[in-house]
Amino acid sequence: MDAALFVTCLTDQFYPRVGRAAVAVLEYLGCNVSFPADQTCCGQPFYNNGYFNEARRLAQRMIGVFDRAEVVVTPSGSCCAMVHEQFPRLLGDDPQWAERGAAMVNKTHEFVAFLVHTLKADLRELGCRWDGHATYHYSCHGRGIGLTDEAVRLMSQIEGLRYTPLEKMDQCCGFGGTFAIKFAEVSGAMATDKADCITASRAEVCVCNDAGCAMNIAGQLHRNGAPVRVMHLAEIIAEGLGLLGEDDG
Amino acid sequence: MAEADTHPSSAPLTHEGHAILFPPLPYDMHERADAAVKDTALLSAIESATMGKYEGRKQMCARAFGDDYPAMRKLAGDIKQHTLDHLDFYLEQFIERAEATGAQVHFAADGAQANAICLEIAKRENCRSCVKSKSMVTEETGLVTALEGAGIETVESDLGEFIIQIDHDAPSHIVTPMIHKTRREVAAAYRRELGVDCTEDPEELTKIARKHLRDIYRKADLGVSGANFLVAEDGALVLCTNEGNATFSVTAPRVHVAFVGIEKLVPTRRHLAVMLKLLARSSTAQPITVYTDILTGPKRVGDAHGPEQMHIVLVDNGRSAILADPALRPSLRCIRCGACLNACPVYRKVGGHSYGAVYSGPIGAVITPLLRDPAGYKDLPNASSLCGACYQACPVHIDLPTLLIELRKRLVEQGKPKRIERLMYRAYAASLKSPWRYKLSQWLGRKWLRMTADRDGFVHRTLPPGRAWTDHRDLPAPAKQSFHQWWRKEKGTKAQRHEGKSEIRNQK
Repeated sequence: MDAALFVTCLTDQFYPRVGRAAVAVLEYLGCNVSFPADQTCCGQPFYNNGYFNEARRLAQRMIGVFDRAEVVVTPSGSCCAMVHEQFPRLLGDDPQWAERGAAMVNKTHEFVAFLVHTLKADLRELGCRWDGHATYHYSCHGRGIGLTDEAVRLMSQIEGLRYTPLEKMDQCCGFGGTFAIKFAEVSGAMATDKADCITASRAEVCVCNDAGCAMNIAGQLHRNGAPVRVMHLAEIIAEGLGLLGEDDG
Repeated sequence: MAEADTHPSSAPLTHEGHAILFPPLPYDMHERADAAVKDTALLSAIESATMGKYEGRKQMCARAFGDDYPAMRKLAGDIKQHTLDHLDFYLEQFIERAEATGAQVHFAADGAQANAICLEIAKRENCRSCVKSKSMVTEETGLVTALEGAGIETVESDLGEFIIQIDHDAPSHIVTPMIHKTRREVAAAYRRELGVDCTEDPEELTKIARKHLRDIYRKADLGVSGANFLVAEDGALVLCTNEGNATFSVTAPRVHVAFVGIEKLVPTRRHLAVMLKLLARSSTAQPITVYTDILTGPKRVGDAHGPEQMHIVLVDNGRSAILADPALRPSLRCIRCGACLNACPVYRKVGGHSYGAVYSGPIGAVITPLLRDPAGYKDLPNASSLCGACYQACPVHIDLPTLLIELRKRLVEQGKPKRIERLMYRAYAASLKSPWRYKLSQWLGRKWLRMTADRDGFVHRTLPPGRAWTDHRDLPAPAKQSFHQWWRKEKGTKAQRHEGKSEIRNQK
């Protein structure tokens, strides 16, 4: 299967290792991965803040960039939700764009959902082994794309991975894009709550499949001096399949 | 005790109502919210109550509806939406049928008019003392203040509202008005205001209120209520309570006046059944409220109980403007169950009073600007991380995040955000317009942040607007090499790089 990677701007800049891990895992599972180099941003920050004209232009731009892709895979739930939920709202008024938008929605998948639902990957069969103690934060935009326990199911298939459920697993970490700036006190209190729950889990790794949440959670854990690493599930799977060394930054 | 005596609720009442709920506009949410997030007693009270109800709702609804839960919410949402889409028809039907039962129906365009109607009835019927059950609409109109101003002693009969009233406080949750209060504060208020000697035991406190209220019910000649639903087909008014106080409040006094928002209609009893299945489950994780009163008209010949007169005041107070706006109309589906407040991580951290209005939480952030003043409450739609927990919890399927974004969009269209913010968004959008602009701007940002990062790769303090972030947590620095760079170096071929470009050209 040909899969085009939509890496997203935050993953591109802050967590390129996640992109590399996603590529490695998808290739391992038999996908022919491409990376349209003209991609920038899906427009989510503009849409969420009410700047619809800017958001619409970026959405159209992105549809153009991925026009020829058969399947688009992204390691970010929130950017995937932007495509699934908001592209139709932004582009619905123009019949030509509505059609292209719908096509984009149909072919865009979040990485974890793609592994579970499309590729039907079974990590146990693949012999994925990763030794460590992990917990998992359910990122909010999973709601928008109907994600439930896919990540936890995959984690349970990894040999050596000890999983402790996170208290208030599905409570928002407080990122919310510019919310973290506009309501920094409130956002900080939410991040503190999340970091405290992670610390209480005693896990060494918090799995978080969204770059924005990962930045927020990692930043709070570091401020608290908590020695917990925030990782994307793609990194754990890639390491567990021997596709990515622990030192490969 | 000292805490209770110095709490902020001794703020004076304004002519409109309580100062906590009617702050001067434009309202800056930050002051109260920033104080609330540091108030550990407040947070622990709210956290335990909201988390309990949040988890309870999920379990209760899963048990009751199983896989049909999403379909139930959709159905309930469709019923309310249909009713709103044809509200003129159902209002007319309701008025006709309710009047046929002997009730008198009034219409109030705004809060002042609603209060005036009630005062006129009270004056005409020579009412001296009023007992009132819980109603959010009366909070909107400031009815208690108006009644007391006219010399009619008014007592709240809902336990939470009773405590709020004697402590001169204001409700902070649609369903659990005193969610922000600890039992210590309640006991202190009892001692101070009722002159009783009591412990902090909730059961004892409840018994005292019960005894106190029995005398009030006997004395009252005016009973005021709200309504959870109105049924168009037979003119019924439906009250859902757990304490039975509404039943007493509307049957013991001679005159019953109900304040009801015009959006409370459902077409038939069958539709009402769907709502009743969802309301208590979503609200307090009960299968149904302890008492459900379905009232059709005043006391008839042969009836043992009931008021001699029943007045239903249909209150608009900003609702018809929302109704006329199809994009925002779904916000009127709300059945005031409070599930979105309990699910909201922001509400859990700031409490209801931070919203500076009668309605708090996600639904409050949407309807407060609409019912009162969009520019006066421009913080509210922004006070959300758009996590969507509210939408998932809403029994009538209101897409609250989308409504919040719609309000943000309108503020942008009206040029309400600060000039500097608008400029930054424009510059940001420009930097994403083409790959080279993106790569250049991101490269600069990466360089800058990496220069200021510590050995672990975290920035501790950065320039505004990022400063607000680093005031509360560290900021991970970007990677040395972006994914774009890595791909070009390791994987990229000329052909692939070209492919992207030609598509952009085709698009133009």
